[in-house]
Amino acid sequence: MTEEKKFTTISIPTPLAEKIKKRIKGTGFTSLSSYVTYVLREVISGVEEEREEAFSKDDEKRVKDRLKSLGYLE
Amino acid sequence: MPKPHGGKLILRYQEKKADDFSDYTKIEINTNLSEDVLNIANGVFSPIEGFLSRNDLENIIVDKRLTNDTPWTIPILLDYDGKSNIKPGDRVLLVNNETGVKAILEVEEIYDYDKKKLVDAIFRTKDENHPGVSNIYSMKDKFLGGKITLIDSKTREFDEYNLTPRETRILFKEKRWREIVAFQTRNPPHIGHEYVQKTALTFVDGVFINPIIGKKKVGDFRDDVILKSYETLIQNYYLKERAVMSILRTSMKYAGPREAIHHAIIRKNFGCTHFIVGRDHAGVGTYYGPYDAHDIFNEFPDLGIVPVFFRSFSRCIKCGSVVNDKICPHDQENHINFSGKKIREILNNGKIPPEDMMRKEVAETILQFKQPFVK
Repeated sequence: MTEEKKFTTISIPTPLAEKIKKRIKGTGFTSLSSYVTYVLREVISGVEEEREEAFSKDDEKRVKDRLKSLGYLE
Repeated sequence: MPKPHGGKLILRYQEKKADDFSDYTKIEINTNLSEDVLNIANGVFSPIEGFLSRNDLENIIVDKRLTNDTPWTIPILLDYDGKSNIKPGDRVLLVNNETGVKAILEVEEIYDYDKKKLVDAIFRTKDENHPGVSNIYSMKDKFLGGKITLIDSKTREFDEYNLTPRETRILFKEKRWREIVAFQTRNPPHIGHEYVQKTALTFVDGVFINPIIGKKKVGDFRDDVILKSYETLIQNYYLKERAVMSILRTSMKYAGPREAIHHAIIRKNFGCTHFIVGRDHAGVGTYYGPYDAHDIFNEFPDLGIVPVFFRSFSRCIKCGSVVNDKICPHDQENHINFSGKKIREILNNGKIPPEDMMRKEVAETILQFKQPFVK
């Protein structure tokens, strides 16, 4: 079942934890963990690199030919 | 352009079609499931590579995420009656006559799941009157999980409007669009739709108009009417280099907020950076609050596509233009709402709606059809 290995424990400085607890009071965050999870997901998604799709030359030509035949490209 | 959801565009088809599948157990799937197969194979549902396992389903229900933490809100399920003696490790042939889909399923898991728990999480109701709930209840009792590989499908009506994510990504690149806003629709455009699209387009490079094509209710506009009316609008009122239309073949689940996230993910896979979310997106009846489909985006800081929220829009007599609730100070009595029902009634009587509701050219295009509505 998914409950296994679903969560892990990390340590953060106690003063930081206290600051976060104050900060999330009255917000939609129900716990320190849910706030830290939210922030980390945001950070991680932000630093993932934008990559060009690796289409082969042949694939790309085939797609462009179709797009031209359908009038999407000139 | 954003990378596909989960980091990689999924392509699951086999070029070589000569293999003999006569030894494979054959399962006939319905047209909606065959559309799911096509959407998995073409990367529309990236990073999903097949029908969901129990663990992923459980995670989606509880966390709105796959087991690898990627946001995912709508289960993609293959139901099974348990009669064919299929075992994990088997390869099964999935077929559908209407779409000509032939696909191999590598069965990883056969499982059952509490449908009441499932619908309560996905639709926030167990009410059988909800179309998504009744659809789940009508499914067989077991589910098959595993990756699929598309072997074949047939040419169908509207294929000339059907682009895969790989094709739209190459198209956007060729057009040198970096930021693209997607607009989903199931109706011909009225002035309000045009206003929303153009307002969003003002801040990006291109608009991707993406009508959902497929099963409709009696009285809905026919698919060909929607497509032709949009072509007319684009031809007359859009810069050709700023607008692209292609269709999406998928069934509506009417899961409101969860489906709004699902629709955004699909458009991210097509290469869009922004997605327009209106009032009660993918809602039905009164099951969801009018802006629940906006609020849910707060739960996904890592979605990778920016929602563009529109609350309401109408024509203000005093302003003399289309407005929304953020920009117009005038009372409701000065506002004319864009009522789809009213526009439909006028068109149904063979009349052209007023020009402040629908473009004359669009209305004329619709009226060229003898029967623009589904009977």
